[in-house]
Amino acid sequence: MRRPGGRRHGYSGIPRWVAALAVVAAAFILLPLAAVVARVDWPNFLPLVTSDASLTALGLSLRTAAGSTALCILLGVPLALVLARGEFHGQRLLRSFVLLPLVLPPVVGGIALLYTFGRQGLLGRGLEVAGIQIAFSTTAVVLAQTFVALPFLVVSLEGALRAGGQRYEAVAATLGARPGTVLRRVTLPLVLPGLASGAVLSFARSLGEFGATLTFAGSLQGITRTLPLEIYLQRETDADAAVALSLLLVAVAVIVVGVSYRGPGTPPAMPSRAPSRTPDAEPAEARR
Amino acid sequence: MIRRAAALLAAAALAAGTAGCGSAGGAGEGKTLTVFAAASLKAPFTTLARSFEASHPGTKVTLSFAGSSDLATQLGQGAPADVFASADPANMAKVTGAGLAEGSPRNFASNTLTIAVPPANPAGITSFADLARPGTRVVVCAPQVPCGAAAVAVEGKTGVRLAPVSEESSVTDVLGKVASGEADAGLVYVTDVKGAAGKVKGVPFRESAAAVNTYPITALRGGRNKDLAGVFLDEVTGAEGQKVLADAGFGRP
Amino acid sequence: MTFTLDAVVADRGLDVSLNLGAAETVAILGPNGAGKSTLLSVIAGLIRPDSGTAALDGRPLFHLGGGRVVWTPPHRRGTALLAQEALLFPHLTALDNVAFGPRSAGAGRAAARDAAARWLAEVEATDLAGRRPGELSGGQAQRVAVARALAADPGLLLLDEPMAALDVHAAPLLRRLLKRVLAGRRAIIVTHDVLDAYMLSDTVVVLEAGQIVEQGPTREVLTRPRSRFAAGLAGLNLVPGTVTAAGLLPDPADGGPGGPGAPGAQAAADGPAAAGTELAGRHEDTPVPGQAGVAAFPPSAVSVFPDLPHGSPRNAFAVTVTDLEPHGDQIRVRAGDLAADITPAASADLSLAPGVRAYFVVKAAAVSIYPA
Repeated sequence: MRRPGGRRHGYSGIPRWVAALAVVAAAFILLPLAAVVARVDWPNFLPLVTSDASLTALGLSLRTAAGSTALCILLGVPLALVLARGEFHGQRLLRSFVLLPLVLPPVVGGIALLYTFGRQGLLGRGLEVAGIQIAFSTTAVVLAQTFVALPFLVVSLEGALRAGGQRYEAVAATLGARPGTVLRRVTLPLVLPGLASGAVLSFARSLGEFGATLTFAGSLQGITRTLPLEIYLQRETDADAAVALSLLLVAVAVIVVGVSYRGPGTPPAMPSRAPSRTPDAEPAEARR
Repeated sequence: MIRRAAALLAAAALAAGTAGCGSAGGAGEGKTLTVFAAASLKAPFTTLARSFEASHPGTKVTLSFAGSSDLATQLGQGAPADVFASADPANMAKVTGAGLAEGSPRNFASNTLTIAVPPANPAGITSFADLARPGTRVVVCAPQVPCGAAAVAVEGKTGVRLAPVSEESSVTDVLGKVASGEADAGLVYVTDVKGAAGKVKGVPFRESAAAVNTYPITALRGGRNKDLAGVFLDEVTGAEGQKVLADAGFGRP
Repeated sequence: MTFTLDAVVADRGLDVSLNLGAAETVAILGPNGAGKSTLLSVIAGLIRPDSGTAALDGRPLFHLGGGRVVWTPPHRRGTALLAQEALLFPHLTALDNVAFGPRSAGAGRAAARDAAARWLAEVEATDLAGRRPGELSGGQAQRVAVARALAADPGLLLLDEPMAALDVHAAPLLRRLLKRVLAGRRAIIVTHDVLDAYMLSDTVVVLEAGQIVEQGPTREVLTRPRSRFAAGLAGLNLVPGTVTAAGLLPDPADGGPGGPGAPGAQAAADGPAAAGTELAGRHEDTPVPGQAGVAAFPPSAVSVFPDLPHGSPRNAFAVTVTDLEPHGDQIRVRAGDLAADITPAASADLSLAPGVRAYFVVKAAAVSIYPA
């Protein structure tokens, strides 16, 4: 059984040139961040990020990102299960299409959502008649974020499900557990690390979502103007405010991801062949 | 050892190469004029540039259209250009304030607001006051953008408070939402309606005179072709330039 | 109250019929790839056969391939599966693992835990109740797995080589435990180990290439095997042939039934020294000349000679040595399907090595002949 934290300096086997390129890669991500930090107007930082518009935007961003993450879990878990464990025609095609939101420019995604849920849209037409208006609402923001973030959760979870295999589920079934019980008591608990990391990725993507939100939901303070949209607007007049808010968004993202992202985790524990700490107890009947 | 050197060399080459790509393509000999212009000037300035090239053989005009504020920021960061045409005096002030302008800016055009509605005008908008009717979905520019500031000025003058469903950062987005039918009406420039070629219908309103955006233009100190820039400015403010601008819907400066 | 099964799985070549009484344990023996695990999966409901019927205690398990289709999903069959790997749920304690069956059947948490505690006591693993599977050794985990399977109150217990992954200390303990808990239960146990069959099962079924080649009461099959595999398990040499008044006429080596002969060109030369020579032996039953039969004799009764011994050539086999291996304090000399146990000194004297030609000779008194 692996004990975390008990690290010894052994042999990592990483070639030196790989380590050098890794440094370049890390610098590539961290240097622009450092450039932003260097540009911040520190004396004015706190007033800039605590202004009415900023706090409203931050609150809206956090609420909608949480909502879309919940929606991603609700929709993504069944989809991942079906892709990982199901057997049906067109499965491979479906798996490719699930990745679509990753490839589409977000603005294109927003246009597509507009054509679906907008006033004249495929579904929007019927919803308008029923009195449900989606465009320009906070619901639209959540939908836009879910659209772009869902693939992260599905791909992450599907990988974890495939790695885990189905042996435990088979055993559970032979012990009399219905499929629903197997899902609740065996599958999900075992794949929780993969699900959690997928959820964190989805949350992070939702937090940063911009293009689809702008095109589909519009921009109105308190209703649809999330933090990225607020930054985009502030850029027009107050560059300092835009920089300060950018740093705020980065800080929030770093905190959320840093606290909760543990990586996909290891597959469900392989049957233990390792000798246990206590020797196999000899029952009394062994004595003759 | 050799591998490490190769890696560092590769990284350096990559950095150098991209730096080379970063510099604007305006390292031309011969006469190339780089013009930064507000997005709403796209149609008239493209026409003017072609006629300028025709009348001054051997010259090439490179046009860069974007939001005035973006252009002002880029100029402040050292982007090389010869001419800057802004959609409002505020953004021009950023440039002159930074000492980037050559001489003083000249006003060359003006733009007024108008109401844009989908061609069928489903909400039956006929006046500015109609925009405030409950249940009407109106989209405007955010106050931080020139067309939004103009809208706020009109609101103040008429006393009609609007409750828009969205405050966009660019006029193009406002136009798009009206054209697609998502919004019942939007506040855009007269030139935008003209340029939309039938996708939206314009509903003029007399209160628009309360907020007119003046467009200034200037040559830039960092430009390579100051003489040519001066000629271009004369062209824009001269008879031919004014005619092209008027055709596009702009008003007198 | 019985268990009946008829099943065909075409792409694995399986075609099997089985019957079990109320408290009967059957051991399924067979070489790797014979289809033993497939059979258990079919019974448990994890694999769908191409055609067949099965019923347990009057409840149909499946009926496929003609007429109405019946298929009971695994969780409603009343069959519990125990595999080589314990497969205890890693996120539950041992107690909660054992309580899984009762909980799935609808028992409340407390009632399920009580039942689990009773079963853990039954398998003498009470002190393991609070441990996680990662903290258990292989033997401990298997014991908990047995408790878990029994707690689900199955009408038929399926065991797939449960001792295979255990070491020499843990295996006997589990075997004794199984002997105790399987008494009075219906079970099918797949195994390689003949000791499991002896200790745990009432009847034995030998499966080869998806077909049943031998079945019957355990002692009977293993002391008087009729198939090569069973003979190999029982550690006996087996020669199939036709019963005669004095003994057995072996089938010709190249056309004989029951498994491959020695490899290559040696095949034609192996077998009784003179073609058509009868094997002398003791008849176990009243002989019926002309009937098919087998002659069986243990390796320990075989002597090895470099040349055909003087005198009667009866019960002598001309062989080519294929293998030599230590067997207790003796050397087992293998020559194709036959084996002889001799002392190391004798082996050295004879300069035996793979490829060397020799003669296996066995006394008539040590040869048992019985109908096939």
